Amino acid sequence: MLVSQQQKLQDDIRSLVGTHGRTRAALMPVLQDLQRKYSSVSDFAMQVVADELGIHPAEVYGVVSFYAFLHHEPRGRFQVRLCQTISCDLASKARVARQLENELGIAFGQTTPDGRFSLEWASCLGMCDQGPALLVNDRVYTRVSPEQVHQIIEDCRRVFGAHAVQQVHA
Amino acid sequence: MNPINSKKTPLTFDTIEPGTGLAAALTKSRADIIGEVAASNLRGRGGAGFPTGTKWNLAAAARVGEGHSKYVVCNADEGEPGTFKDRVLLLDYADLVFEGMTIAARAIGATKGILYLRGEYVYMRPHLDGVLERRRQAGLLGAAILGTAGFDFDIEIRMGAGAYVCGEETALIESLEGHRGEPRNRPPFPVDTGFLGQPTVVNNVETLASVAAILSKGAAWFKAIGTERSAGFKLFSVSGDCTDPGVYEFPLGITIAALLAKVGGSNAKAVQIGGASGQCVPASQFGRTIAFEDIATGGSIIVFGQGRDMLHVAKNFMEFFVEESCGQCTPCRAGNARLLDGIERLERGECSTTYLSELLALCETMQLASKCGLGQSSPNAFVSIVTHFQDELLGRTAAQAH
Ligand SMILES: Cc1cc2nc3c(=O)[nH]c(=O)nc-3n(C[C@H](O)[C@H](O)[C@H](O)COP(=O)(O)O)c2cc1C
Ligand code: SF4
Ligand code: FES
Repeated sequence: MLVSQQQKLQDDIRSLVGTHGRTRAALMPVLQDLQRKYSSVSDFAMQVVADELGIHPAEVYGVVSFYAFLHHEPRGRFQVRLCQTISCDLASKARVARQLENELGIAFGQTTPDGRFSLEWASCLGMCDQGPALLVNDRVYTRVSPEQVHQIIEDCRRVFGAHAVQQVHA
Repeated sequence: MNPINSKKTPLTFDTIEPGTGLAAALTKSRADIIGEVAASNLRGRGGAGFPTGTKWNLAAAARVGEGHSKYVVCNADEGEPGTFKDRVLLLDYADLVFEGMTIAARAIGATKGILYLRGEYVYMRPHLDGVLERRRQAGLLGAAILGTAGFDFDIEIRMGAGAYVCGEETALIESLEGHRGEPRNRPPFPVDTGFLGQPTVVNNVETLASVAAILSKGAAWFKAIGTERSAGFKLFSVSGDCTDPGVYEFPLGITIAALLAKVGGSNAKAVQIGGASGQCVPASQFGRTIAFEDIATGGSIIVFGQGRDMLHVAKNFMEFFVEESCGQCTPCRAGNARLLDGIERLERGECSTTYLSELLALCETMQLASKCGLGQSSPNAFVSIVTHFQDELLGRTAAQAH
């Protein structure tokens, strides 16, 4: 990571700590905002957060590793999460899963080589009356059919081409 | 507001004028507010069914540390598979939910409220922030609410991050405090030692909206609905093999058969009541009622049609628990993995009756020895499926494998 990028990340973290407070209870909101901006929380970021909040980096790592929506390893700009739980399962989520793999050329748990997409399983998304359901970052898609998968991915690519900043792997 | 039309019956909440519950509460003493909630016989809608009035009484009596505050936490972590009623309440009835929190704050003497919203519902954030801001402008939150001197209360939203176990109230508090979402030993209970060690009431979204309705219309009105031991109306999240999935309101005490008739699922083979941690009820028992005295539930109803493979269902639930166990205690961490392995043996047709009995004994150990409700209830689905569908499970051949 370039020094300027490190500096930027440090500044971001200080500003987040300023917003959420310099207390242990601010840890989750700080990490969540970081994750949103950088798609993952790097070793360096964890060290800075720990210093800012006055806790051991291992504590921060313990938290990041616990929550499914916080990541230590770099993730794609778009995180695609397909619900694998029962109601979506009954609604043939397996076919949507297969088509997601086909369109993205990766398996679940992987990130595309260009760093744009990660594909993951999720537990029940609270959309069980209209499964199969999936999340792309903050956006929820319901009653997804295998034919729709291509369009969902294309929509992301368009957004990416339009105004996405090159992702910083801090 | 709700982009997705999920409401399949009119809701009683539609008939509650926002603001009337809080206004009524402010005419009462703290003890009388709690008395009204207690008299309604409202029991928690989050699954465990603890009497809300009793919980508030304990928190009201608990002492707060010097320079600290009591807290009201709304549990919007809604992660039980097959549950989505809180989604509808938060999108379409957020005012009633926040009003319920405000009434709770008045009752126990809290100055701070936290809505713990599951990470999957982050798309609701702008809407909910907007409602909170509007309430502040209207003097319904902040200092001296509705001109009542000394009644200060505000609500903050905090996000979960994809962990089902954080719906368990002590894990939720750990998460709020910036820790891994690992459940605590209880006692002490949150009403006594909750967020930051202070007295904290944790209530489900629907419980709090119901409180607003009860203060608005009176305990007697609420109590007249439902059964003697299960007062009131309840929201149900219905999914699976039925013609009309969605959110329904029924009085507690409805039979499974009557519910299935309303949702277009009468031909079902079985129904899972209470989500992954609930039980699977076969058609022969559809005469049973959904109420605290018979089959209790947070409202998740998953319908299984005639062709469904019940072992496949059991496997999906067990995969969920293996994924979501926090791993803190052995009966749950190792037990769920062991049960999943057993299910895979059954799938391959390689499980003896003796081994199946051993698995059932393991289930009993987990129910007794697990530290929190997750491990205590994770075997339920498996046990009920083994009990009612054993003929489907044994001696399977490759042709049946999924
Ligand atoms: C594993 C687990 C998950 C839970 N998830 C939720 C949840 O998502 N929402 C909820 O209100 N209660 C949940 N509960 C129950 C809470 O611990 C607690 O009993 C409830 O929030 C109390 O509110 P109530 O009395 O209004 O129901 C969960 C319990 C366990 C053991
Ligand atoms: S029962 Fe399971 S989820 Fe609960 S504390 Fe033990 S390991 Fe964690
Ligand atoms: S089971 Fe998929 S959203 Fe609930």
